[in-house]
Amino acid sequence: MADVKKGWDRNQMAARAAQELEDGTYVNLGIGIPTLVPNFIPEGVTVTLQSENGMLGMGPFPYEGDEDPDLINAGKQTITEVPNTAYFDSATSFGMIRGGKIAMAILGAMEVDEKGDLANWMIPGKLVKGMGGAMDLVAGVGRVVVVMDHTNKHGESKLLKECTLPLTGQGVVDRVITNLGVLDVVEGGLKILECADGITEDDIKAATEATIIG
Amino acid sequence: MKKIYGSASEALDGLLTDGMLIAAGGFGLCGIPELLIDAIVESGVKDLTVASNNAGVDAFGLGKLLETRQIKKMMSSYVGENAEFMRQYLSGELELEFNPQGTLAERMRAAGHGIPGFYTKTGVGTVIAEGKEHKEFNGETYIMEEGIFADLSIVKAWKADESGNAIFRKTARNFNPPAAMCGKICVMEVEEIVPTGSLDPDCIHLPGIYVHRLIQGEHEKRIEQRTTRPRPAA
Repeated sequence: MADVKKGWDRNQMAARAAQELEDGTYVNLGIGIPTLVPNFIPEGVTVTLQSENGMLGMGPFPYEGDEDPDLINAGKQTITEVPNTAYFDSATSFGMIRGGKIAMAILGAMEVDEKGDLANWMIPGKLVKGMGGAMDLVAGVGRVVVVMDHTNKHGESKLLKECTLPLTGQGVVDRVITNLGVLDVVEGGLKILECADGITEDDIKAATEATIIG
Repeated sequence: MKKIYGSASEALDGLLTDGMLIAAGGFGLCGIPELLIDAIVESGVKDLTVASNNAGVDAFGLGKLLETRQIKKMMSSYVGENAEFMRQYLSGELELEFNPQGTLAERMRAAGHGIPGFYTKTGVGTVIAEGKEHKEFNGETYIMEEGIFADLSIVKAWKADESGNAIFRKTARNFNPPAAMCGKICVMEVEEIVPTGSLDPDCIHLPGIYVHRLIQGEHEKRIEQRTTRPRPAA
């Protein structure tokens, strides 16, 4: 088998995802590659990060010795506040998510299909830890951008005609950023918007099970 | 009426019965009612259903009540940090009802506000929606979720005055206010009870009407994921 083309690395995918951020908006970032996105926020763009355990205005990790057990993010990691930070309870936090006040969520995924269905919380037969806030986020926020590898460790497409894993949300994904490029969920399938460095549209088509439009 | 009790055990005296539904505050190990959990372990009450976002870790927080097999069922959104939980769940000893995190918080808040059910888009088209009423509003499908009316709420705040007016600190607020609101009776533990009149009435996070019994005590406040960045050279 020929060398599998890699395209973007994790940081490049995060940097591309950061281009999605609009100035002045409130955004929720999931675990994994999305946590790298703040390192690449474009010049002149200011966003406020929400942590769904009850905080707007999430800052970076604290300096060693400054950790505060009362100040953690949704991944239970110690973090810091910024000048415009506000705290609130979990019902209020998910009220702003469910109420559509959070402009965008950038999340990881196990599978996305051509109807915009998303699976990222459970694999049957494996240890199930729970959906946490993922179902609330994808159902509530203005726009869902998924950042994930294009294929799984067996080389199989994670962009499918139909998700095989239990869903997190139905018809919720707007855009997918993978190591091979950027695709939008449109009527009838996925549309290629951009190819990663050294990747062609044919490379993407060859690595994708979902219907590619155009 | 005096709300202040000398210890967690005294504050829970007469409130615990086998098979009851307890709503607990906290997110991960942040803002959990450590002292009240310890007192419930000591009480030996059993067959509990506990509504709490997480289930603690092994040997800390709700993990202690799992070790002693006092919990029959958990209503949670994420339970991944607790090996004993997983062992009991996979062997069928423990029931688990997964709730999306915001749905869990809203089910508590709704009950506390006298609302027995509400409609949400969260979980439509997923396993969460199975068996639930579906209804269309303005062309979009929603599912009905029911309020969680708990027998007892156990919560933790930072400070409270003698009348139970409470304030929380940073992200330790989390599920504590909605959990406090949804119980028939609420017991709160705080780091400091201050004289009535010393908190700014405009800055109360949870009014004392929701707090029936109050204790002060020392908290371990364990950190689950200690993450730091290097301090820049001076």
